[in-house]
Amino acid sequence: MSLEIEERKGEASLGDRLHPEPRHEPLIFERSGAGKVGYSLPPLDVPERLAIPKDRTRADIPGETEVTEVEVARHFTRLSRLNFSIDQGLYPLGSCTMKHNPRTNEEVARLPGFAASHPLAPEEVCQGTLELAWRLEQALIELTGLARVTLQPSAGAQGELAGILMVRAALAKTGNPRRTVLIPDSAHGTNPASAHFAGYKVRELKSNARGTLDLDVLQQAMTEEVAALMLTVPNTLGIFEDRIRDIAEIVHAKGGFLYCDGANFNSFVGVAKPGLMGIDVMHMNLHKTFSTPHGGGGPGSGPVAVVERLVPFLPRPTVERRADGRFALDFDRPDSIGRLRTFLGNYGMFVRALAYIAAYGNRIGDVARGAVLNANYIRAGLQRDYHLKYDAPTLHEIVFSDKRQGERGVHAIDIAKRLMDCGFHPPTIYFPLIVPGALMIEPTETEGKVGLDAFIAAMRSIARECEDDPEIVLRAPHTTPVRRVDEVAAARNLVLRWRPPV
Amino acid sequence: MNPDDRHYTQSHEWVKIDGEVGTIGITDHAQKELGEIVYLELPETGHVFNANEEFGTVESVKAVSELYTPISGEVVEVNKGAIAEPGIVNDDPFGDGWLLRIKLSTDQEVSTLMSAEQYAEYVRTEEK
Amino acid sequence: MKFLPVSDSDRTAMLQAIGVARVEDLFRSLPREVLGSPDLRPPMSEIEIRRSFGELSRRTAGARDTAFFLGAGLYHHYVSAIADQMLYRSEWLTSYTPYQPEVSQGTLQSIFEFQTHIGLLTGLDVANASLYEGASALVEALLMAERLSRGRRRAVLSAGIHPEYRETVRTYFANLDLEIAEVPVGPDGATEAQALAAAVDDRTFAVALQSPNFYGLVEDWKSASAAASGRGAQSIAVVAEAASLALLAPPGEAGIDIACGEAQSLGVPMNNGGPLLGFLACRTAHQRQIPGRLVGETRDAEGRRAFCLTLSTREQHIRREKATSNICTNQGLMALAANVHMSLLGRRGLREVALQSHAKAEYLKERIAGVPGYRIPYGGPTFNEFVVEGPEDARSLLSRLAARGILGGVPLSRYEDGSPRRFVTAVTEMNTKEEMDRLVAALGEAA
Repeated sequence: MSLEIEERKGEASLGDRLHPEPRHEPLIFERSGAGKVGYSLPPLDVPERLAIPKDRTRADIPGETEVTEVEVARHFTRLSRLNFSIDQGLYPLGSCTMKHNPRTNEEVARLPGFAASHPLAPEEVCQGTLELAWRLEQALIELTGLARVTLQPSAGAQGELAGILMVRAALAKTGNPRRTVLIPDSAHGTNPASAHFAGYKVRELKSNARGTLDLDVLQQAMTEEVAALMLTVPNTLGIFEDRIRDIAEIVHAKGGFLYCDGANFNSFVGVAKPGLMGIDVMHMNLHKTFSTPHGGGGPGSGPVAVVERLVPFLPRPTVERRADGRFALDFDRPDSIGRLRTFLGNYGMFVRALAYIAAYGNRIGDVARGAVLNANYIRAGLQRDYHLKYDAPTLHEIVFSDKRQGERGVHAIDIAKRLMDCGFHPPTIYFPLIVPGALMIEPTETEGKVGLDAFIAAMRSIARECEDDPEIVLRAPHTTPVRRVDEVAAARNLVLRWRPPV
Repeated sequence: MNPDDRHYTQSHEWVKIDGEVGTIGITDHAQKELGEIVYLELPETGHVFNANEEFGTVESVKAVSELYTPISGEVVEVNKGAIAEPGIVNDDPFGDGWLLRIKLSTDQEVSTLMSAEQYAEYVRTEEK
Repeated sequence: MKFLPVSDSDRTAMLQAIGVARVEDLFRSLPREVLGSPDLRPPMSEIEIRRSFGELSRRTAGARDTAFFLGAGLYHHYVSAIADQMLYRSEWLTSYTPYQPEVSQGTLQSIFEFQTHIGLLTGLDVANASLYEGASALVEALLMAERLSRGRRRAVLSAGIHPEYRETVRTYFANLDLEIAEVPVGPDGATEAQALAAAVDDRTFAVALQSPNFYGLVEDWKSASAAASGRGAQSIAVVAEAASLALLAPPGEAGIDIACGEAQSLGVPMNNGGPLLGFLACRTAHQRQIPGRLVGETRDAEGRRAFCLTLSTREQHIRREKATSNICTNQGLMALAANVHMSLLGRRGLREVALQSHAKAEYLKERIAGVPGYRIPYGGPTFNEFVVEGPEDARSLLSRLAARGILGGVPLSRYEDGSPRRFVTAVTEMNTKEEMDRLVAALGEAA
């Protein structure tokens, strides 16, 4: 596959094919014009009234938009065309699990009983929504092999916080919440941040030469002042801690808890169960493993599964099925850690995730098998061209580094920018921190061989360019709607909104 | 190269003593590691610090680093030019990119700091 | 399986390239003891999923099939067709966080516009790219105020703030060695300015007030800004019903330092309580302490205007345990929906929605006050929500109404003791006079 797309005569660049119109789209505020109207409301069917003292009201919202529906439609359509998305092509972001977002999910989430209902309506008219939440919990219990699941956390990071807070509550109940949480140096930044917000100090454990946890290091570090070990399973290198049960043993022997960051659940969902690994508490990301859409950066949903011992501490309320088969919310949980947000959680994501699980059913293991096959295929295809710092077996993602290309002055960021010229979203770069110049690739199971081959070919082509013509990589991207963006200027001179002209 | 006329710390600050006043900045190695600096948080004049206390932060697009004072004393001058144009710390970390000036409360601390040569060696071993 | 595009022959070729015989060989690193298949039903087709979920949907009453008057932090407002349908576009739905700005200018510019809308509505300088929802937004605002306070440990909260928000704050604060002092509302259901001011001492880092408050009453932002200003504390305005921002005096113009809360009313469907849309806005002087994602304007290598995420160094993926927050995901899609909706309605529409909501609520309030056995216990000004006191237990009354297709309000007994006969009722531009008259008639019959 040739990459000289922009040089072939007569052939539109990838950028042009994506976006034939002018690439600059004004702000919606810049399209505004006095007197334009974009909406219609029915006339008021009750007397007009304004019964609030004048000094507590405003007369106007200067600067707010006055545009028509046509302009809104064009503006947001044009803006959308400046985005790359999964529906267009591969998004191999490691640890993000950018899988296809099934459209059934969108349809059922918009059913009126879900989209237009309110959790504070009387329970007897909420039986459908309560049952759905209960069914999702049951499915996640089955997939994790743990005792119960809270659906409340709004996203993975909040799930982590909930999990560590439950650990803290359980330990506090026996007299000592302890002081520290152990976290490997390969962990995602949310782990230490969440531990901090739970009131713990963080102690970082150095990974061994294999990229996994050193059991001697753990044994040394695991004291009765340690509340928990937070592990990503498999870790952020895609490597499964094959001694996970021994790890759990070491932690449990000192009365601590084993927390699993389930961001990488896509690698073993339906194939293995965290409950069988000695994991006590694990958060999942519905927007990763369970296909709910990423939507430009959210919403997510971060349910947390726990062992029996932690059940009393679950956030309030839980959803219960009573003996008569009816569903109810249980607020009477004296040991609960409390609430982390309003209402039940990101309910719209529950609907989507349950529809996804229903579509796979007992075949959900095919997801993990597909994800692991695809990632290993990419590993095989790229290992001659890119440096692999840790060569242990990997599951659903693979972390290469820019070490070889760095010898020619080209770095991970440049490779990432050049990939855009080939029609791919770049992989995650510079994470995990233990691999300098990391390129973290996770294709997911929803990529076919043709797409994988195209990606491999593009990466190999870029590797060759780094040898023969590094400049073209260093000055990439060439064909995207904007060229390399000046992030330094953005930070030095903060402009965080538009202002109406004075 | 690290100038000989000053002392260095393990956290990559330098201090140049002129009589009672020490000028403090970060080294060329530090500015390279940080990348393009976008923001400096520095204290007000009059503030008193003990040696090794955090006196501010330096921020780039990819990292934030705390700044630690090599010497104890009172802040007598802050480089407002660097605050306005943080890029100068990248361009001239040992000259116009200085950060602040402290009036030494004691002259006993300087001897505990590293020389240019010792610092260069320290950086070499750190990079391994 | 329809989401798995690898055929059998593809698989064979791939396994060969990898150098293993079967896919199972790639799972060698998993010990046998951890393997286990789930006991779930067989796969369901799309038709069966539609049937099954349709059945569940029908067993929950919602705003489309009842006379609907529920609020308490989640409101049934007009959502334009285009705001919903724009979310179906792949480029919005299936794109990711805009870490690579060259291929995410759509998302980045939309967030920049969202940040602007929130700034205009709150009267403050800078807003972030959104937070999860209102309660955690209040937590983030408080933590931000704490960071600005250099060492203070006490927050003063009006008890007029939504009870679920206050409960959330307690959950977070319990482990951070931070103290909460709640100021009860007065006998008229509103917060007393002197009580708020009196509660602030030299250990206080924040004073938070919600308006309209949980009882629907319009509070005076100046009582919070006056209590905080000059005393080393930050004033925080909490908004649970964001439609009110188009009609009520903006917090920024009343001297408020930080505004936060829930923007669901501005173009996001109720979704049975989530996903919602938290927001946070502050003054330029404090912008470096704002949590969550931020989009800034800049140029690209060819001098074109472009947008990118900025000030990321405050965030967890760089600062780790020193981060301003542990938040990673924001509410990207909901912020887009709100942006489309706010842009469409704009200067006049947002105001008209607020005026209609208020006028209709005033109508209902007056009519209910005229039903024997019923009264409006709090006489102060309200926006679109108010407390009703009836002759019997509110829960059983509301259940009877629900059986007749009327969702009349939220009983206060869900959150507090001592008011079993009270409930809070919300009205929006979506309610018709006919529905309101039906509710009034039903209350009259029940009495």
